[in-house]
Amino acid sequence: MDLFEYQARDLFAKHGVPVLAGEVIDTPEAARAATERLGGKSVVKAQVKVGGRGKAGGVKLAADADEAVARATDILGMDIKGHTVHKVMIAELSPEIEAEYYVSYLLDRTNRTFLAMASVQGGMDIEEVAEKTPEALAKVPVNAVEGVSIEKAREIVALAKFPADVAEGVAEAMVTLWDTFVAEDALLVEVNPLVKTKDGRILALDGKVSLDENADFRQPEHEALEDKAAANPLEAAAKAKGLNYVKLDGEVGIIGNGAGLVMSTLDVVAYAGENHGGVKPANFLDIGGGASAEVMANGLEIILGDSDVKSVFVNVFGGITACDEVANGIVQALELLASRGDEVTKPLVVRLDGNNAELGRKILSDANHPLVQRVDTMDGAADKAAELAAAK
Amino acid sequence: MAIFLTKDSKVIVQGMTGATGMKHTKLMLGDGTNIVGGVNPRKAGTTVDFDGTEVPVFGSVAEAMKETGANVSVLFVPPAFAKAAVVEAIDAEIPLAVVITEGIAVHDSAAFWAYAQSKGNKTRIIGPNCPGLITPGQSNAGIIPGDITKPGRIGLVSKSGTLTYQMMYELRDIGFSSAVGIGGDPVIGTTHIDALAAFEADPDTDLIVMIGEIGGDAEERAADFIKANVTKPVVGYVAGFTAPEGKTMGHAGAIVSGSSGTAQAKKEALEAAGVKVGKTPTETAKLARAILAG
Repeated sequence: MDLFEYQARDLFAKHGVPVLAGEVIDTPEAARAATERLGGKSVVKAQVKVGGRGKAGGVKLAADADEAVARATDILGMDIKGHTVHKVMIAELSPEIEAEYYVSYLLDRTNRTFLAMASVQGGMDIEEVAEKTPEALAKVPVNAVEGVSIEKAREIVALAKFPADVAEGVAEAMVTLWDTFVAEDALLVEVNPLVKTKDGRILALDGKVSLDENADFRQPEHEALEDKAAANPLEAAAKAKGLNYVKLDGEVGIIGNGAGLVMSTLDVVAYAGENHGGVKPANFLDIGGGASAEVMANGLEIILGDSDVKSVFVNVFGGITACDEVANGIVQALELLASRGDEVTKPLVVRLDGNNAELGRKILSDANHPLVQRVDTMDGAADKAAELAAAK
Repeated sequence: MAIFLTKDSKVIVQGMTGATGMKHTKLMLGDGTNIVGGVNPRKAGTTVDFDGTEVPVFGSVAEAMKETGANVSVLFVPPAFAKAAVVEAIDAEIPLAVVITEGIAVHDSAAFWAYAQSKGNKTRIIGPNCPGLITPGQSNAGIIPGDITKPGRIGLVSKSGTLTYQMMYELRDIGFSSAVGIGGDPVIGTTHIDALAAFEADPDTDLIVMIGEIGGDAEERAADFIKANVTKPVVGYVAGFTAPEGKTMGHAGAIVSGSSGTAQAKKEALEAAGVKVGKTPTETAKLARAILAG
């Protein structure tokens, strides 16, 4: 889960990374009191989860409270690269800046370790720095067990060739940033820019944090950081039911078991769609291993509730999941929806293989639902589902 | 021969007494796995009856190994306790730990991987978030259904559980030497490369099927490895061509970040290494079939 800048700032502050004061607001008028609390001047910063907001006009200085209200009025509602600004941060004005740096920690999947990155060329897109002047970006592996002590931080800072007068301050900031990374179960913590001010302070002026949702069990406070307003309503409904669902932009609704098989199903449907007017998968939905009839019914309810969906492909290979359970789930879901008065008109193509496949197929045949048809191969079923979607 | 797991493997189950552990221990026993014990400090000294097979419960992995000579542990421990359980297995120096658990925080998996390294890598870790591995007709360490296929001469390595089952099913008439599910997390123990190297060295494997998916660069590195080190034919499949950028597709590690980790790049890398890559699982199976038919 990627966080907004203000949320990153709050986490940095919590773990001792030096930041400026700031608060988030969502109405222009609130900018007045917030600016007054900061002594009458502020920076109004759009909160969007996308880079390049400064260039897009999403960061403005305000010399007084009235101006802060005016700037907040301008920025709230602004569109930045397809992201609507719903919140702005009213931040303390930075003391005059002498230099801008870059520091981060992230997971290095390739080497199965964590990685510290640091550069004296901050304030710009770090991927550009990495590409144009790779020698200016120090990359230092960090052992997950050993972590970052002040000695390790000094080593990173030295490798990145920070000037002597800031080296210790940056190293100290890197230790607190590591504390943030570990304590919050982050996948990424990035400060860009980390600045040196004229008065000699080291400050994190902007930052990015991405959190590991697998750690939610021990991070109860992270739930409040979720941007529920921005979530796709279908994705939110699926999440509330504990389903692993991603909305896509096609017409064929997909339900399957196991992440790999579902990804594969999307691909196979997209290939089949090439022969049927270019129809594409409408979603990713993994009902998981050992899915019960109830889970199947929940999934089908979400998919059938998607107005983009023209046909549905249920693709199950029963490993742990028993196909008879899946078949019962389909039958029950259709009964449930009918009993609620929902008009179900979307055709379902079902392919069942593996554990109890014969039983499952028999349940579907016996139910003889007019909208459900069985196709017993994955490629054949994908083709049929694409054909039905294209015909609608 | 097979890789990593044979009929001689003595298997213990960490988390055996939980609901998932009980269910799958029973299934593994049914597939002929030599399960010699479970581990649960609170139930040490008791036994669990699986349809007439009494399996003793030990207080620790070390104790179970000492008493039974176990050399494989399968872990069904919930995410919150998985790191401690894997560390215990590493400390006991068990040669193979198969971590089935899904949903382990990456700071935990990175920590137990670093710990295994610091202890000299005496424990091969498979997973986490994987279905385990099976050597049909000999032993099953994990949750792969034992009745899909029979012993044969294809080796399979896959990030995905259900695609493992699908591929075993597609090629069920030919059979498999071993099938290894390495897991879909960002940090995993045994990689495609490790399994490829083992299959290359295994006299009972004639052809290798390698299944990958979006995220990371494991498939690209496997392609380099194949080019340099693998003489046996390899057939590949990659899932996730239609996955949008920046969205996690079920597996914690299955995410395209910017332009990295795409299915297209993986397919191209594998093809450049001489691997035939199928467009669908069924087509991939056909490619394997054609090669074996000569």
